[in-house]
Amino acid sequence: MARADQTPGMRPRQTLGRQLDVAARPAFPAVSTVALMLLAEAPFGFANQTAMLPAITLACVFFWSLVRPAAMPPPVVFLIGLLLDLLGYLPLGVGVLTLLVAHGVVVRWRPVLTRQSFPTVWLVFAGVSAGVAALTWALTALLSFRLFSAGPALFEAVLTVALYPALAVLCVRAHRTVADPDQA
Amino acid sequence: MEGPSHRKYAGMVRLSIQTRQALAKLTLPVLIAASFGLMLLGKADALLAERARMALGDALAPIYAALARPLGVMHDRLLDATDLWNARAANMKLREENERLRRWQSIALALDAENQRLKANLYWVPENPPSFITARVVADAGGVYARAVLLSVGPNHGVRKGEIALDERGLVGRVTEVGARTARVLLLTDLNSRIPVILQNSRAHAILTGNNGPRPRLIYWAEGSPPQEGERVVTSSEAGAFPADLPVGTVHYTVSNVPEVVPSAALDRLEIVRIFDYGLSGLTAPEAQGRLPERRGR
Repeated sequence: MARADQTPGMRPRQTLGRQLDVAARPAFPAVSTVALMLLAEAPFGFANQTAMLPAITLACVFFWSLVRPAAMPPPVVFLIGLLLDLLGYLPLGVGVLTLLVAHGVVVRWRPVLTRQSFPTVWLVFAGVSAGVAALTWALTALLSFRLFSAGPALFEAVLTVALYPALAVLCVRAHRTVADPDQA
Repeated sequence: MEGPSHRKYAGMVRLSIQTRQALAKLTLPVLIAASFGLMLLGKADALLAERARMALGDALAPIYAALARPLGVMHDRLLDATDLWNARAANMKLREENERLRRWQSIALALDAENQRLKANLYWVPENPPSFITARVVADAGGVYARAVLLSVGPNHGVRKGEIALDERGLVGRVTEVGARTARVLLLTDLNSRIPVILQNSRAHAILTGNNGPRPRLIYWAEGSPPQEGERVVTSSEAGAFPADLPVGTVHYTVSNVPEVVPSAALDRLEIVRIFDYGLSGLTAPEAQGRLPERRGR
């Protein structure tokens, strides 16, 4: 408001393109996360490709909860978790709970985390992803009354941590350009 | 869930900042509670999640099927590049193998001719060849804690639960869920897979149990006839879940002396799978199409 008052008459016209632009920028984090999740399930033919989906989902939710929590509110995390459960064949609710917990942790630590350097944030992410992998493992075992070997959970955590810097680079770029509401 | 968000929206106009902040803080705990509710719901009604998954699979399968070709080409190019590196060694190996297979071919042809003659003498009534459809694997439908694939089978496919999937080399698994144009096949390596098998040398029965690893394990073999290293394993028609003598794999002992089976089918890079209808009712009750459904009070 203040900016608009300082430059009277310089506001851009409310064309359809501009309205779309204004609407698309806050929606970018959620939409890009869902798009990446669907892409992770495409038939690339890698070995262990199924581990990509939870890794990408957690990395995206962590990043946007940290950088722009307004664009990744709990209801959106809930829906992303539901999609993770359905696409990743987890017992219903497991992805939802783990992502919500991760989101809650990040939002609570946000005041401290936003002032840290990238390696520190990465270290915290490693802790969060280990917790999420352990929680997913425990809940899946509990809900299917069966003990799984911890190998896949460990692999999952390591892959998630390894994937984070690459995703973070992309997301930081998006955060400063296409996803920035101030640039609309 | 509608309540709080509605009120929050109304709060933009009326509610004080404190109330709005309190409501915003409440969203996360409420949603976490809802996720526990979702777990209970998924446990109480397993069909709900299955239907939602198959609906999602039906919606996504055409996209993935369209992507499969360009991605496959890309993947093949990569493989070609690596193949060029070890072309010479592979060539040598293939030449040797070819020679060995030629010898086997002559033996097989002789045996086939003999088999035909014997069958003619016995007035053998040939079994009807099973009907099958060929389907493309469009996605890995296993997740981290299961082993399964999603097939694109096209509309009006007629595929039913319990039908048997094979690739060009051997048994892949069984159809467990069927959607409008997709089917999910549980691989024989899945933790929930139990397959009655016969060890081909001793004709002894055993059960093949998946462990989510690449090689499923053999259990419950007859005491006098332990599986031998390299022995071929085929399906058994016991329990009516599988037809007899589909190739499954070969026995391999681990370092800790546990008999495992190396599957014949290329389970880690499935592309095209055939689904056979042997007309078996088996252990999994097939979802009725043309059969009278069992009435059960739910």
